[in-house]
Amino acid sequence: MKLPGAKIVLECIKREGVDIIFGLPGGAVLPIYDALYDFEGLRHILVRQEAAAGHAAEGYARATGKVGVCLVTSGPACTNLVTALQDAMMDSIPIVAFTGQVPTHLIGNDAFQEADNVGITRSATKHNFLVKDGKDLGPIIREAFHIAATGRPGPVHVDLPKDILVKEAELIWPEKVTMRSYNPNYEGHAGQIKRAAKAMLRAKKPVLYVGGGVISSNAHAELRELAELTQIPVTTTLMGLGAFPSEHPLSIEMLGMHGTYYANMAVHHSDVLVAVGARFDDRVTGRVDAFAPHAEIIHIDIDPSSISKNIKVDVPIVGDCRRVLRALVEAVREEAKAGGDGQEGQKPWHAQIAEWKVKEPLRYEWSDDVIKPQYVIQEISNATRGEAMIVTGVGQHQMWAAQYYKFTHPRAWFTSGGLGTMGYGLPTAMGVQAAHPGRHVVNIDGDGSFAMNSQELATCFVEKLPVKTVIINNSGHGMVRQWQRIIYKERYCAIDLPGIPDWVKLAEAYGCVGLRVTKPSEVVPAIEKMLSTPAPVVLDVCVDKDECVFPMVPAGGANTDMILAPPTREVRDRAEKSQTGF
Amino acid sequence: MSMNGTEPRKHTISVLVENKFGVLSRVAGLFSARGYNIESLSVGETLDPTVSRMTLVVGGDEFVIEQVMKQLHKLIDVIKVNDLTDESHVERELMLIRVNAEPQHREEILRTADIFRAKVVDVTQVSFVLEATGDEGKLEALIELLRPMGIQEIVRTGKVAISRGPKTRVRKAEPAKRPRVSDDPRVVGFAD
Ligand SMILES: Cc1cc2nc3c(=O)[nH]c(=O)nc-3n(C[C@H](O)[C@H](O)[C@H](O)COP(=O)(O)OP(=O)(O)OC[C@H]3O[C@@H](n4cnc5c(N)ncnc54)[C@H](O)[C@@H]3O)c2cc1C
Ligand SMILES: Cc1ncc(C[n+]2csc(CCOP(=O)(O)OP(=O)(O)O)c2C)c(N)n1
Repeated sequence: MKLPGAKIVLECIKREGVDIIFGLPGGAVLPIYDALYDFEGLRHILVRQEAAAGHAAEGYARATGKVGVCLVTSGPACTNLVTALQDAMMDSIPIVAFTGQVPTHLIGNDAFQEADNVGITRSATKHNFLVKDGKDLGPIIREAFHIAATGRPGPVHVDLPKDILVKEAELIWPEKVTMRSYNPNYEGHAGQIKRAAKAMLRAKKPVLYVGGGVISSNAHAELRELAELTQIPVTTTLMGLGAFPSEHPLSIEMLGMHGTYYANMAVHHSDVLVAVGARFDDRVTGRVDAFAPHAEIIHIDIDPSSISKNIKVDVPIVGDCRRVLRALVEAVREEAKAGGDGQEGQKPWHAQIAEWKVKEPLRYEWSDDVIKPQYVIQEISNATRGEAMIVTGVGQHQMWAAQYYKFTHPRAWFTSGGLGTMGYGLPTAMGVQAAHPGRHVVNIDGDGSFAMNSQELATCFVEKLPVKTVIINNSGHGMVRQWQRIIYKERYCAIDLPGIPDWVKLAEAYGCVGLRVTKPSEVVPAIEKMLSTPAPVVLDVCVDKDECVFPMVPAGGANTDMILAPPTREVRDRAEKSQTGF
Repeated sequence: MSMNGTEPRKHTISVLVENKFGVLSRVAGLFSARGYNIESLSVGETLDPTVSRMTLVVGGDEFVIEQVMKQLHKLIDVIKVNDLTDESHVERELMLIRVNAEPQHREEILRTADIFRAKVVDVTQVSFVLEATGDEGKLEALIELLRPMGIQEIVRTGKVAISRGPKTRVRKAEPAKRPRVSDDPRVVGFAD
C-alpha cells in the first residue's frame, strides 16, 4: 500500500498501540498535521512549548507502561525538546520523539529552521534516526518503539525531513523487529540467582534496595513476595517510590541524601545489600567508599553498564527485575527447604531497625501560625488515601513529597530524579491526566519550578485536563536557599522570588481555578475543595520559608553523617523535664 | 588508583558496528561525553559491506576499560566489542614520515629505512618521505633513529588489529588480568 510519508508516520504510531500524542506544529511537520486533520484513532494534545510535549509523553509513558509520543517541528522546536529527552534518558523513560527536518536536498545548507537535530539529540537519547527514504519509515519507527520500550527503557528520536513526509512510499510494517546489534538479556543466570538466594538466607542484616527498574518492569508483586518471604526490610530510591507500600511493616522508606535516618543506617550496617533495578546514584551512595562498607552486594539490573559502575558488586545478575525476582523467590524457597536457617537469625536486626525508627522518625515542628510544608503533603496524602497520582517539580517540595506522601501503588509517582528538571511538574501531570482521565492527578510544585512551565495551564484548560497543582510557595528557590544556609554560611544570593506573580490571578487568567491559603487551619478545607473541583486548580499554599529538608547528607559526605532535623518542641520539653536531659 | 586498584595501560579494542550514517560520531561522542581517552581510532569496511570495524586504542585501568567495553556495547549500532589486548593478535600501523635529507645524512636514512623495511615514496633535494608499517614499538624506534636528521612531519593511521586464527592461537603468556566472574553473558557481560 502506497501512502504519503506523513500518513505512514501516523499509521505506524497507531499500530504501536498509542492513543494520545503531544505536540506543537510548524512548517516542517505540517504534512503530518494535515494528515492528522481527518485521521481516526489518535488524540493530539496541543502544548504551549515543546519541552512540555516531551514531559507529557514521559508522564503518559510512566503512567501507562506504554511508549509516550511527542511530535514537534524542526530547529528551535527540536532544541526546546532536548531537556525532556535528556530527562527521559536519565530516568529511563520510554518515549519516541518525532521532529520535523528541512527537505533532504537542503540538509546542511543552513536552510530556514534547520538544526543538526540528530547531532544535537545524539547524547540525549538511547538512539536516534534520520529518515532518508520513505520506504524506511515503517521499519525505522518500528525499531524506534522497540528500542524505547525494551532493555533499559529510554527516549528515541526520529528526525523526519519534509520531503519524506510528502512523497508517497510503500508502508512496510515488519511483524517482528530483529536487530543483530541489539538483543537485551532478560533471564538472569541461574547460578548467580542461587548464589544470591544463599546469601540472602545466610544474612543476619540484609536490606533490599529498590529502584525505578522495579517500576518499569512491573515487578512490584514479585518484590513484595520476596520481601515477605525473606522478611528483608525494603528501602527505595526516589525513583522506586511506590514499588513497595510506604506503610508496609518491612518498609524503611527512601534512602540517600534526603532519605530516612533508619534507611541510611540500615544500609550502612547491612551485611547483604540486594539492589534491584537501582543504579547506585551519587545521591544515594554519598561518599562511595563509605557506602554499605560491610555488605556483600547483589545487583539485579538489565543494563550491564549499571553494574560495578560506581560500587563494586559481588553478585551481578544481568536481567529483567521481574523475571529475576520470580526466579529468586523460587530459589529462596528451594534453599530454605534445603535447610537455610531462615529468618530467626534476623530478629536482632529487625529490633535494631525498629529502635532507629523510634529514635529518629521523619519529623518537623508544628506551628499554629505558619503553614509547614510537610504538613501540606501529609494532608494531601490523607485526603487521597495514598491513591492519587503525584507529580512534582524539583527542590525541597519534591523531597517533602517523597518523604511524607504514603505511597500505595507503583506508576503513581512522577518526579525528575536523574536530571532534576525544574518545570517538569505541570506538563508531566498533563500526560498522566490524559492517560487516566478519572484519577486525581496532583502536581506538588515549587514556586520556582512551576514558573518554568506554568504556560501549560492553558493546555490543561483547553484540553480539559483537570490537573491539581499545589504550589508549596516559600517565595524563593528553597532548595538553593537551604544549601546557601547550611553550606555557604547563610550568604543568600539570587534565591528570592518575592510574591510575583499572583498565582491565583494567573490561574484565573488561564481559565483555571485559583485558591490560596496562608493559615494551617485552612489547609484541609482547601485540599478538599481542590479535589472536588472538576477543573484544573492551582492551590497556592504560603508556607514557612525557613523550613529545611532533613535528614540531609551534605554532597560528598558519608550517609551516616546525616544532618538531622533539630529536636522538636515536644522532644525539647520532654528533655527538660527528664532528669538526665540530653 | 581505581576501584580495583590496577594500573592504567593501553588496550586495543576491536568494535564491529553497523555501517550506518552517524555511527562514527556515536562512538566518538561516547568517548568525549564520558571523558575516556582515545589514543587512536581507525575505521574500515569488513568483508560484509554492511559492517564496519573500528579499532580503538584506549588508555585506562581495568575498571575504566570494563566501563568502556560496556558503554560501547550499549550503543545500539554496535554489534560486537572485543578487547584484544590479552588475546593473541597481530597489530599494525602505517606511518608516513617526511625527514630532512641533507647530503651527509642521505645514506644513513636509506640504510635505516632498509633495516625497518620502510619504503622511500618521495624524494626531493632536501627531503625523503618514508612509508613504514609495524607495531607501535617498531614505529617509535624508527622515529627515534630519524629524529637527529630533523623530522618535518609525521602522519599515522592509528592501529588496526586482527586476532590470530584459531590454529595459531598460543597459550597466553600470562593469565587474563581481569578476574571474570563468569563467561556467561548473563552474569556480567553483554547481551548477545
Ligand atoms: C533534589 C534532588 C534530591 C535527590 N535526593 C535523592 C535521595 O535522597 N535519594 C534518592 O534515592 N534519590 C535522590 N534523588 C534522585 C537521584 O538523583 C536518582 O535519580 C535516583 O537515586 C536514581 O534512582 P534509581 O537508582 O532507582 O535509578 P533509575 O534512574 O530509576 O534507574 C533504574 C535502574 O534500573 C535499571 N532497569 C530499568 N529497567 C529494568 C528492568 N526491566 N529490569 C532490571 N533493571 C532495570 C536501569 O538499568 C537502571 O540502572 C534526588 C534528586 C533530586 C533532583
Ligand atoms: C532547570 C533547572 N534550573 C536550575 C536548577 C537548580 N535548582 C535546583 S532546586 C532549585 C530551586 C527550586 O525552587 P522551587 O521550585 O521553588 O522549589 P523549593 O525548593 O522552593 O521547594 C534550583 C534553582 C534545576 N534543578 N533545574
